[in-house]
Formats: sequence, structure tokens, C-alpha cells
Amino acid sequence: MKKHLLSAGDLSREDAELVLHTAEELRSLADRPIKKLPALRGRTVVNLFFEDSTRTRISFEAAAKRLSADVINFSAKGSSLSKGESLKDTALTLEAMGCDAVVIRHGASGAPHRLANSGWVRASVVNAGDGTHEHPTQALLDAFTMWRHLGPRNGGTLDGQRIAIVGDVLHSRVARSNALLLHTLGAEVTLVAPPTLLPVGVDSWPVETSYDLDGVLPKADAVMMLRVQRERMNGGFFPTAREYSRRYGLDGRRMATLQEHTIVMHPGPMVRGMEITADVADSDRSVIVEQVTNGVAVRMAVLYLLLGGSEPAVGNPDGADA
Amino acid sequence: MSSFLVKGARILGGDTRDVLIRDGVLVFGEPDADAEVIDATGLIALPGLVDLHTHLREPGREDAETVLTGTQAAAMGGFTAVHAMANTDPVADTAGVVEQVWRLGREGGYCDVYPVGAVTVGLAGRQLAELGAMADSAARVRVFSDDGHCVGDAVLMRRALEYVKAFDGVVAQHAQEPRLTENAQMNEGELSGRLGLAGWPAVAEEAVIARDCLLAAHVGSRLHVCHVSTAGSVELIRQAKASGWNVTAEVTPHHLLLTDELAASYDPVYKVNPPLRTTADTEALRAGLADGTIDVVATDHAPHPLEDKDCEWAAAAFGMLGLETALSVVQETMVDPGLLSWADVADRMSYAPARIGRVSDHGRPLEDGAPANLVLYDPSVRRVVEAAESVSLSRNTPYAGMELPGRVVATFRHGKPTVLDGKLA
Repeated sequence: MKKHLLSAGDLSREDAELVLHTAEELRSLADRPIKKLPALRGRTVVNLFFEDSTRTRISFEAAAKRLSADVINFSAKGSSLSKGESLKDTALTLEAMGCDAVVIRHGASGAPHRLANSGWVRASVVNAGDGTHEHPTQALLDAFTMWRHLGPRNGGTLDGQRIAIVGDVLHSRVARSNALLLHTLGAEVTLVAPPTLLPVGVDSWPVETSYDLDGVLPKADAVMMLRVQRERMNGGFFPTAREYSRRYGLDGRRMATLQEHTIVMHPGPMVRGMEITADVADSDRSVIVEQVTNGVAVRMAVLYLLLGGSEPAVGNPDGADA
Repeated sequence: MSSFLVKGARILGGDTRDVLIRDGVLVFGEPDADAEVIDATGLIALPGLVDLHTHLREPGREDAETVLTGTQAAAMGGFTAVHAMANTDPVADTAGVVEQVWRLGREGGYCDVYPVGAVTVGLAGRQLAELGAMADSAARVRVFSDDGHCVGDAVLMRRALEYVKAFDGVVAQHAQEPRLTENAQMNEGELSGRLGLAGWPAVAEEAVIARDCLLAAHVGSRLHVCHVSTAGSVELIRQAKASGWNVTAEVTPHHLLLTDELAASYDPVYKVNPPLRTTADTEALRAGLADGTIDVVATDHAPHPLEDKDCEWAAAAFGMLGLETALSVVQETMVDPGLLSWADVADRMSYAPARIGRVSDHGRPLEDGAPANLVLYDPSVRRVVEAAESVSLSRNTPYAGMELPGRVVATFRHGKPTVLDGKLA
């Protein structure tokens, strides 16, 4: 693995599979009475969050703590965008305190790149979501969830598996990272959205696109619904929330057209009744809660591998080797 | 006033003739034993360059640039006249502000500064500024622009175009459809989608240019299009000119050389408005400049203090330095590939901008009795651009670390050297 995790595109197939296998080992930890390993004892991980995201922050926090790292949570809401302390000064402060990894969430696309490449800090940088750019650990936990469910019936890989990602692709860092990572892992991704919510240039991405959810669902092995923020309606991306739900929402009727093994996913937080109905979110096909569990395991794997874990994480000789 | 005898320079890159600079004018074919001799062997003599589009930042942002430092940077780039854009604080929308900027230029003595007047009060796009008062002021404003903002309202643009006819003015439009570019960060294309940076589509520039060309034709006025950046814009202007409409256009050095791929670094030194476009666009811009569709190279020199660029992309200011490197970039993109002769460069960077700005003392052919505004340029050297070497107060040059051809050796303004031996005189 490289020193930083800024984009899902930074991961080779070998890297990505190493993360998945490491996460699989670490996930078993959740079933033990003592959920803690000494792997990162004495190392410091800073969660640098310029945007509110309780879910992602506590997921990283739990991951780092289960590896015995010291965790500092730095909520820096009000970046230089709002004339607070600049990203640079915040970074220099962290550097002065000494830290080994910085997990950064920022509203500006590319902020983790700046942090990693401007010489402000020496630590490894993990992108925990930047603007409308990427969210690579979310993609890893999504891939991990798919791999656990679909892998056993597909030779242990995601090769050729059809993944539908549905919703506001234009503004979604989750969709960007998933498109890159799932392609790397051999899956066939179809982005489904109204034309106004697909980015310009999406035809050059390694994915298919469709405007027709009903045509895509029967072939999908996994369906990932993206959150649609209600404020997008002010931008006129679609006429009304109701029309959006009718055309692109996943409800019980549409769920009935899925194959038996197909799983339903959502990165959260959901807008129930908008992109997904409650009966679908709470159905047996839904792995939404499991995604959260897997998030901790995947983030443990990422931190472990980036911070130079050279021994198998859980002492399994057949396991990961960084 | 001391006189200078420039020996051995190739006039517009052509024949070698000795030029005497005496009493503020050029004298050919006359010896002067008292004159200080400048050995210009191998150098090219061009008329002093005229920039139609410079941000000097004074008044208001003297931390980024002042009239003095900006005109010094201009002189280092071979310019003897610059048009200072109106987006200062306070905005140059009254006779008082334009006269202040004009006077600061005279006091500095490095360039003649021609203030550009705002089209609308406070650049707010609602009410015409006192264009006539600025035209009648000591600064004699002829170019009006809300640059940084588009005059988006079609009625207001029509009125401005009509109104400036009374004093032979020109409206220089920053063509950017506001609604199509809300929060825009970079060229809209495959890369903006991948980088997650909000796109600035070519159509937002082209739609306004098309409208304004039609308006200028309709009311019979003069339109100048600032910093043309797309292939489609070049084509629209080509059509407008073919129709006989009074439309002129400029291109910046950075749009001739640099492309949007640089944004992939997320380094805001490449953040500029209009944004860097694609290779196809730079090729169309070069072709348009070569065939005269684009009349002028203008720098859009836009200094910013370090902290406004040393940050995340979205938080950074738009704009890049350009005065000191303009001629080198034009040599690299236009002269060396054979698209322009040095005589053409004199047209695009001196005669044409002076003509559009109605500046009589600059942009004159190098003839006997012409005002002694002259630049001596060495096209044979190559240099690596160092941001720290700039005489601008700011350091936001996108060319830092890049090797470019040529070097300004000397600049004379009204017979006085502003640059000698490549240094400020």
C-alpha cells in the first residue's frame, strides 16, 4: 500500500484484496469478549473533521482504539472557507504535537491531497470524505460487505458481479470511490440516476450508466441506494421529491423484481421514504446495519496497513502480510 | 534627459538598425556622440507592450500588489502601458478613483496606467456607473469593464454598449453566465467530474459572447471580449468579425499554454477564472490569435497573497501572475512554432491593445519621431521561472519551475529606461 489513502483509485487489486482479507481477520475480533489488539500501541491517530459526521468519526475512533492507538478527535468545523483557522495551520499544529495518521473529513474536494502533498505533515493521510470527490474507506467497507455476501457463491471474488449504484451520483463521493474500487475488483458497475444527477464526463468512467432503474434491478447482484439531500431540490435537479421517489426510489414493488440473492445497501444516513422505503430498509435483503459493523473492521485494516503493520493482524499465519 | 543609442537590434525581428532614443522619441539614422550606447546585438526591438487587462489591486489590496509594484512587474515584462482593472476596493466606478490610480501610475513612472472604469456601480450589475464622468476625467477612461463579474443583465449590457458610443468607449465583457457557473471551480469536463470540483462549462462563456456580439451589432457599438478561453468562443468571434461587427477579443498567456490537467494536483496556483481548459481549446486559441480572430494577448495579471493560495482549492482565490512571463509564453506558444512573426507579436501585444484602448502614445510603429516606448528582448536564452524572483508583491505564478524561452533585457518608456540589463532601472 502507498503511504496515504486519498482515492480508491490509489489501490491496486492486490492492495484492495489485502484490505479485505485483513478486515476479515479483524472482523472476527468483534465476536471476542475483549475486542482489542495491541497492534498500534503507542501510535497516534488524529480524526480531523472539518464537517460533522458522527458516524464516520466514531467508526474510525472505534477502529483506532481497538488497535490500541491513541486517538485525538479534532473537530475543526469552520475551515478557512469560513475564515476560521486555515487547513495549513491546523495541519502544522497536528504535526507539532506528533501524530502518525491523520483521518480527514473536509467539505472541499482535494483537501486530503493538499494535506498529504504540501509538506505540512509527515503523517499518513486517510481521506474520510472530501467534498464531492471521494470516500475510499466507505468504498472499501461496501466492497467488503458485498464480498462477504456475494463472494462465497462467486469463487471468492466480485468478478463479474453486477452492482447498481442509484441516486445522486453527481454530488456523491461514495459513488466515485465505489465506481473506482469495484472496477478494480472486477465487478460491473451501473450508475443509475436522472440525467441531471450524473456528472459530465461519466461516459469515460469504467462503468455503465442508466436512467431506468426498473431495467437495471432484475440483473443486479447488489443495489446500493445513495442519499438524496433535500437541498438538491433547490438546484432544480429534479422536480419534486415525490417524482424522484417514483422514478428512482427503492420500494417493496421494485424489491420484488430483484434476484433472490441480491442485497440492498445504503451508506447512510438514509432518508426513509425518499430514496428507500422503510420496508426495504428493514427487510432481510438489507445489509445496511452490517455495513456499519464492517466499517469498523475495514478502517482497522486500513489503519493497520498504512501504519506499517508487518505482522499478520490477528496472528493468523495464513493472513495478511503488508 | 540622457539619450541612448541602441546598436544592433533587429527591428521587429527583421533588419538590424541603430536607434537613437532622445528627448522621448525614436530617431533613426542619426549618430549622437553623447548617447549612452546599448549593445543590442542579437536582441529584438519591439514597441513597448500594452496590456489591456491588469489587476494592480490598489486601492484596497496593497498586500497583493500596488500600482508601483505592478507597473514594475509590467516593465520587467516589456510593458510600457497597462490598463488597470476596476475591481479594486473601492471599486473604480467614479472619476475620483480612476484619477487616483492614474496619478499613482504617473508618480511611479514605470508604466503609463490607464484605469478601466467599472460598467456598473460597485460591479454589482444593477446600475450604470458614471461612465461619462470617468471618460471626462484626467484619466480619460475609454475601456469599461466589470471584470471579475459578468454584466449578466442583457438590458444593462445593451445600455452600456449604447452609452459608451458618446465618447468612443468600449465595453470589455467578462463573459460568464452567472447561473451556469455558481460555485464553479474548474473547467467542466471529464476531469471536473472525477476530481469532484464543480464545473465551469464552456457554454457559460460562449452563451454570453454570442449574446453580446448580437447586442453590439444591434446598437452599433464596440465590444471587447476579455480572456477568451474556449474553442467555441473563438468560433463565435470569428463569425462576428466575418459579419463586420465591431468585436475584439483577447487571450491570456496562460490560456495559450496551460490546460485543466494541472487541476488534478489540487494546487490552487492553477485556479483561475475563466479556468484552464483543454488541449483542444489551447490549440483553437492559438489558431485564433494567429489568424487575427483574437486581436490581443492580455495578461489578466492577478496577484494574490500567499495565504489566499496556500490552502484547499475551494477556499483559494482565482487568478495568476502574468506580466513578467507574457512575452516568453507568447514566444513559446506562438513564435517558436511559427504561428506568429515578431511583427505579428508587436501587433497583438502593442498596436492592437493600444488601438482598442484608444491610447495614442503607445502601440506605435518603431519609426522616426515615434514616442520612445521600446522593449529589447533576447529570444535566444531559456530560463527556469523562479517565483521568488518576481518583482510583483505576490508569488502566484503558475510557471514556477517551468523552463520558458526569452528574456526582456531593456524597456524604455517615453525615452527613459525602466529596465536595463534585465533589472529595474
